[in-house]
Amino acid sequence: MFDAGQSEKLDADPPAWPYAATGQQVTRRKEGPAVQALDDMTDWAGLMARVRDHQDRAAFAALFRHFAPRVKSFLMKSGADATLAEECAQDVMATLWHKAHLFDSSRASVATWIFTIARNRRIDALRKARRPEPEELDWGPTAEPDGADLFESRQETSRLGAALAQLPDKQRALIERAYFGDLSHGELAAETGLPLGTIKSRIRLALEKLRQQMS
Amino acid sequence: MTIRHHLSDQLLMSYAAGDLPEAFNLVVATHISLCDECRAQLAAFEVVGGAVLDRCDLATMGDESLTACFARIDSLPNTPVTARRPARRDGLFPAPLAEYVGVDLGRVKWRSVGAGVRQAILPTGKGASARLLHIPAGQAVPDHGHRGMELTLVLQGAFRDDSDRFGPGDVEIADQATEHTPVAEAGMDCICLAATDAPLRFNGLIPRLAQPFFRI
Repeated sequence: MFDAGQSEKLDADPPAWPYAATGQQVTRRKEGPAVQALDDMTDWAGLMARVRDHQDRAAFAALFRHFAPRVKSFLMKSGADATLAEECAQDVMATLWHKAHLFDSSRASVATWIFTIARNRRIDALRKARRPEPEELDWGPTAEPDGADLFESRQETSRLGAALAQLPDKQRALIERAYFGDLSHGELAAETGLPLGTIKSRIRLALEKLRQQMS
Repeated sequence: MTIRHHLSDQLLMSYAAGDLPEAFNLVVATHISLCDECRAQLAAFEVVGGAVLDRCDLATMGDESLTACFARIDSLPNTPVTARRPARRDGLFPAPLAEYVGVDLGRVKWRSVGAGVRQAILPTGKGASARLLHIPAGQAVPDHGHRGMELTLVLQGAFRDDSDRFGPGDVEIADQATEHTPVAEAGMDCICLAATDAPLRFNGLIPRLAQPFFRI
């Protein structure tokens, strides 16, 4: 079910560090199968660490080129017009810079973290509804995440992406609509065809991981 | 705290996606503050969000978009932004709820709704309403059904209905099909946080007449 095919094999390789010395290697890539693989190899968490530790503008630019067009697209699918979406996407990316120290790569991939920022921005801009957050867990002294953790959170996102890609169009569209804010909780609750079973094994893995971290 | 009744996948996914009205968000955030299992499930649903974002097609960015973004960054003071999430705290009310009602019971502005039951309606946005309920030990909440969805999170004590027992941290999810008479367990007053997207309807005549006055 979660056979991600080609990207799975690539994930098994050691994490690459395409940022390298010059920072110029991570440039805007053309879309295509081979290029998709390159994206999977990009160490977004490593770039985040450079933003956090060195206010590295080249690293930020690489993150911006990859994520900003996606955030803008996400917001437009959520009902924002191009102008508002552009402005909010810049906002989201600026937040990424200012909150870089709060990003914990052992707990979430960069894509997941940016999703939560974009979601909150969307709620502020479009819905104007308050969304209380749970209490923060006491995680204890946080060690620098090791390579395995980094690798795992990145893999989780790409595996789930692959699982989504394999869903029948209707079911995938339903999940995507929920995340674009285009499906009310009532519609979601009434929807029996929601393919949550497909992502259940991913959820169980995340739960295991969290338990290990808390024990 | 042993939690037996959890949030549904649909609710966790809607919360992760940002689709819920404020009153439901409050119940979800309060439950997750108490429940590590639902917290982990939420994290997984946020990973789904990351995957959805990553799969989005690429919108064309405006000219000089990156430059404009750096200008935005430079226009703000570069002091570390503190976490948005409230810190862990002890006491009856988990942090997200304490932001609405104050840190302890003494600050709650209760109103009587009859039969010893008291409630405090919380200020939330449109789409659903939230309130604290205080039910004396051993007391029944008037028999009621529901027009929409109702979430009831136990904070103190416990209640039973025809089907089950709900103790601290447990959340009951009721819908149109649920018609029940919850009774607070003997021994300790039961305090709950409840949210609904429709007004409750009471089956007894008097409570129904009283309903418009008490906003329940």
